[in-house]
Formats: sequence, C-alpha cells, structure tokens
Amino acid sequence: MFPASFISVFDVLGPNMIGPSSSHTAGAAVISGIVRKLIAPPLKRVEFTLYGSFAKTYRGHGTDRALLGGILGFSPDDLRIRDSFSIAQEQGLEFRFIPDETENDLHPNTVDIRMENSAGQVITARGISVGGGKVKIVRINGVEVDFTGEYNTLIVIHQDTPGVVAHITRILSDHNVNIAFMQLFRESKGHTAYSIIESDGVLPGEIPRQLREIPHIHDVMLVQP
Amino acid sequence: MDFKSGAELLALCKQENCQISQIMRRREYAAASPGDVENRMKRVLEIMRDSTRRPLKTPQRSMGGLIGGEAMLLAAHAANKQNICGPVLQIAITYAMAVLEVNASMGLIVAAPTAGSSGVVPALLLALAEQYNIPDERLLDGLFNAGAIGYLAMRNATVAGAVGGCQAEVGVASAMAASAAVELMGGTPRQCLDASSTVLMNMLGLVCDPVGGLVEYPCQSRNAAGVANALVAAELALSGVPQLIPFDEMLAAMYRVGIRIPVELRETALGGCAATPTACNQCGSCSNS
Repeated sequence: MFPASFISVFDVLGPNMIGPSSSHTAGAAVISGIVRKLIAPPLKRVEFTLYGSFAKTYRGHGTDRALLGGILGFSPDDLRIRDSFSIAQEQGLEFRFIPDETENDLHPNTVDIRMENSAGQVITARGISVGGGKVKIVRINGVEVDFTGEYNTLIVIHQDTPGVVAHITRILSDHNVNIAFMQLFRESKGHTAYSIIESDGVLPGEIPRQLREIPHIHDVMLVQP
Repeated sequence: MDFKSGAELLALCKQENCQISQIMRRREYAAASPGDVENRMKRVLEIMRDSTRRPLKTPQRSMGGLIGGEAMLLAAHAANKQNICGPVLQIAITYAMAVLEVNASMGLIVAAPTAGSSGVVPALLLALAEQYNIPDERLLDGLFNAGAIGYLAMRNATVAGAVGGCQAEVGVASAMAASAAVELMGGTPRQCLDASSTVLMNMLGLVCDPVGGLVEYPCQSRNAAGVANALVAAELALSGVPQLIPFDEMLAAMYRVGIRIPVELRETALGGCAATPTACNQCGSCSNS
C-alpha cells in the first residue's frame, strides 16, 4: 500500500463535484455524509451550526444545501444536492442552519452537526473541511476525536476501563482485519472512551454486533467509505 | 514508478523514451487497476466536456448572482465573426467562462486542480480537440500529462488560493494546461515543462481576491486569462524558445512568493478586487466596510 500521502492524478483532476467550492461545497457534503453514518436512520431532525468562513459565506457557496445533501446520502457529485432542501422536506426531515460568527478560534471551515433520529437518539459531531474536498471529523458527542472517513472506520464507545481494548483487537483479529490506525480518546479518566480503528479492508458487519455483546461497550459505529 | 520533481520526471521520460502522460499513467497503474484508472479518467473528460457546453445552451445565474451568461455572449460574438482572437483562443476562453458558470451555479465540474480554477484545463484541451480533430484517446493523454504537473505542484508547492494566491490555483491550472497542450501538439517532455515554467513565471504574484468570498468574480475571467497564458507559453515552447528557469525552480519561486502574499490577498476577500467600493456594494455578505 501507498502511504496516506500518495497524491493520485484524481486528487489533481478531482474531485468530480457540484460547485462552487471544493472546501465549502464538496467538503461540506463529505462531512455530513460521514456523520450520518454515526446514527441509526431514520433521522427526524438535523441542526447545523456554522463557524468561520462557513458562517460568513454558506449561502453563496451552497454549503447549506451540500451539508443537508450529505445527510440525505448524496455524494459530492450528486446533482440532487441543489434540491436538498425540498427533498428533505418531502422526507419529513426538519433542518436548521445557525451561523455563529462569534467563535473565532476554530478552523475557518467548521461545522457542528446535531442529529436526532425517530427513536429519539441524539448524536453530535464536529467536522472541518481542510481543502480539496478532504475533511476531518474532530469531535463526537463532545469528545475530541480525529479521523478522515477515507478508511473503513470503526468507532467504539466504551467505558474507560482495563481490558476493553484487548476485546476489541481480539475480535478484529478473529476477522482477520488488518488495522491501519488505532487511536483512543476519552472524556476523562474512568469515564467514556472512544476507540477509533481505521482499516484498509472492508469491515464485516458482524464486528459491530459482536462488539456490542462485550461488557463496558456502549455503542459501535461503522463508517465505510 | 514514481517521481518527486520535474527533473526526475524528465529523467524517467528519457530513460523510458516516452511522454509525460505515459509516466503518469504507469505511476497511477501501480496504485489502482489500469481499467479503473482509465474509466475514471474517461468520466473526468465526460464531465469536463459537458461543463464546457451546457452554458452555451442554458445559461444559469450564479448562486451569488455575480455571474451568468458570459459564455453565451462570447459564442454569439464569435458567431457574428466579430472575434479578434484566433479560433483556438476564442473557443478556449468561451469554454473557460462556461465551466466557471457551471461551477458557480452548483453544476457538476471536475476540480482541476481546484473548483475555482476548473475551467482552464478543459477549455484549452477541448478547444485544441475541436480545431485539430484530436480524438478522445489523445485527450486522455493530455489529462494524464496535466495531472503530472498538478501533482508536482501539490507535492512541492500548493494549489490552495488561501496559501499561495491565485497564482497557485489558476496559475497551476494554466501550467497544467500548457504542458498538456505541448504534448498533444507534438512537443517533447522538456518543452512541456518549459511551457509550465513559463506560465508560472508570467502569472507570478497573482492574488486571490474573490468578491464576497465567492468563487465567481474575478475567478471566471481569470480562468479565461489563464487559458491565454497557457496558450502563449505552449506556443513559445513549441517554437523552441528556451525557458531559462527550470520548472522545479519556478514552482519553488511561486510557492515562496505565495506565502509572502499578504493574508488580505489570499482568499480572505479583504483586499484587491474584493475590497473595491463597487465590489463591496455588490455583495450583501461582504464583511468589509
């Protein structure tokens, strides 16, 4: 495999995207396309808080339509992004955009997304659009994390207690999963921790099911590109 | 097969006795299956072609309301035989304006290397194709060639207007287009890199100052100007006019100039065109006073 820094000809001639901006439009769709996979469908309500340049220019860049389009599952080159407002309304999805120009210490292209599904579950996430349609997810439910969604990503929310990580790696190894990156984030010692595992290969859907049976594991999310 | 600089690319072309496009293809084939790579590039060409034509039939107002309909004006002007540019340049600037219109109205484009500079490469390649009956297989060569130049710019400098100004976006796009044009018109790999170097030299210092912070104005017109720069550089290289400064050195110079451009002139919409009184009156979202 090539290192993550391999620049392909399609990084130069690409992404194929709905304009006008790779960071403000394509990247916005990519962020919410990843974030939607953190919660079980169907979604009832979604709220976007926009910061920095996102807050200032989101209308002219179609950032709002792209964010909502991503939540609806549209890829950055999907023309339905243009009509995402009316499509969301047809699907009964409530949405709201809140520009926040007071917060200045964040990356200029930052969005907080709050999703609520019909079961009443709420998930929040923060994404940043770093340019050229590339993004990072930097926060889930208030906990600082760091992943790009370019790999097959497994997010395990668990109690910060000894042995849990060993269970996770054992199950992955049972499925012959080769781990590219593994990171552990936590709220504070002994509280909730987030293990994020990124893999080159596709992660079998059985893995989340098996992990959920492990004591101290609260939730498992699978984000496949 | 990989290369990290223009010099290494030229050495590979010499060693393998082939064009820049072939070296770039082989580099890509090592990362993904050749069939997939070729199919993806055919899709790139298809989107590019569509985005150069659509505004000629159905002009669209941009999201920010600053542009729309320019490509149709150019086409009508040429249809009346009033154009003062020769056919290649006239068609190319029409297409460049068209792609930026598609982009600004939330249409489908290929970032090349960015959305704000997406008009230059398709415009020049497709204008040459029309004028010289270049088949699609050869246009794909042109795209791989352009990709090699863009890859070096991304690897060794920047293609972000926020980092290096418009010279890094439209400048690099034009350098890519010039190199591709030289290969398509029968030039050598060395002449390709000379043409790219000339473009960067001639566009050195160009600032990024979008009115209202939007990818509309002056971006659209600058894409047309970029095509002209690419065509000039390609003609110089194909004529055998030597370029004193090698591509790698010019790329480094572009990057050093770019990071010295004041932040007001790097996509922040705080200077240049964006800060003119007329521009400020035009845009409601503008944060300048």
